[in-house]
Amino acid sequence: MNLSIDASFMEQSITDFLNNKFPGKVLGDYTYRGQFSLYVTADALYEIALALKEEAALSFDFLVDICSVDHLGKAWESEGRYEIVYTLLSLEHTYRFMLRVKIADHTVAPQSLCDIWHSANWLEREVWDMMGIEFKKHPNLTKIVTDDDLEGHPLRKDFGLVYEEPQFSHNHDEVLITPDNPNH
Amino acid sequence: MGLEEKIPDGIALTTLDAMVNWARKRSVWPLGFGLACCAIEMMSTIASRFDMARFGMEVMRSSPRQADLMIVAGRVSNKMVPVLRRLYDQMPNPKWVISMGACASCGGIFNNYAIKQGVDRVVPVDIYVPGCPPRPEQLIDGILMLYKKIEKESVKRPLITQPNAQTQDERPGEVSGQPHRNPSGELNK
Repeated sequence: MNLSIDASFMEQSITDFLNNKFPGKVLGDYTYRGQFSLYVTADALYEIALALKEEAALSFDFLVDICSVDHLGKAWESEGRYEIVYTLLSLEHTYRFMLRVKIADHTVAPQSLCDIWHSANWLEREVWDMMGIEFKKHPNLTKIVTDDDLEGHPLRKDFGLVYEEPQFSHNHDEVLITPDNPNH
Repeated sequence: MGLEEKIPDGIALTTLDAMVNWARKRSVWPLGFGLACCAIEMMSTIASRFDMARFGMEVMRSSPRQADLMIVAGRVSNKMVPVLRRLYDQMPNPKWVISMGACASCGGIFNNYAIKQGVDRVVPVDIYVPGCPPRPEQLIDGILMLYKKIEKESVKRPLITQPNAQTQDERPGEVSGQPHRNPSGELNK
């Protein structure tokens, strides 16, 4: 195991590998504070992820996390409202980077990666629960974080704060806490 | 004078309420129910520096069947509400609840979709301890206030009428004068 792996070498290796194998599917790269990530198209994400895992020179064998971003109201929302960020780790090369996918709507989500990494199962359920992104071909896309009665996906920018008026002594009568009160 | 002169030594006369309440308030066993950072202060209250055992409360029970007092230490999420209510229902009578900290009392800073805005919507609360989190001295003060409340209760009055676990509790022996905001048996919201 080479612990002193050169990060720029790995960045170049990943970019060349994906550009050769999936021409036109890599949309661009993005580096923030030394963290390297690649934007890929949603339709090719499954194949790209599978290739990144199975390629011996890369061998990204660990899906660390899946995050999602809601770009509602931003100037760049037209590029795609939601962004999904897959953090991959290669234990062999001790190198991690991120795959990023931008999708226009929650219904055009990429395919589930459960077949490739088992950790994707719960991570995708969490992303669906909090952001409402419907991964295709997921075996069990059900609630995992929020309570059963909650409707909607709380991390969306248009979910609303669900602010509840606090009850003090001066507004005790106005803010009646009853089961019939919609404020409840 | 009176009756006391005629009874032999070693026998004292008192009321049944005073006797029972004396026993109850000196062996209140709390249910270990730490939900968030307030639990750290609750643990500190039990530990040697503040030493809740001075008030007969040294055992935190892990089973609701052995507990008299539920100290709700922390914010109650909506997913925790059925659990909390069930633990409360499993506690034998008489039982008391202390709402510890701002989050358990009113939701605190978490005015959002996930957190119950006050545990008093789930179980009837006897003592509210403010603070974020309250210091152990404040919790001990709340416990001593609960002792005063216990002293005023009576064995002749049924403290809790509880036909089944789903209905709300009523406490006729309320001494605070402040009605419960919503002593509700609701489970799901």
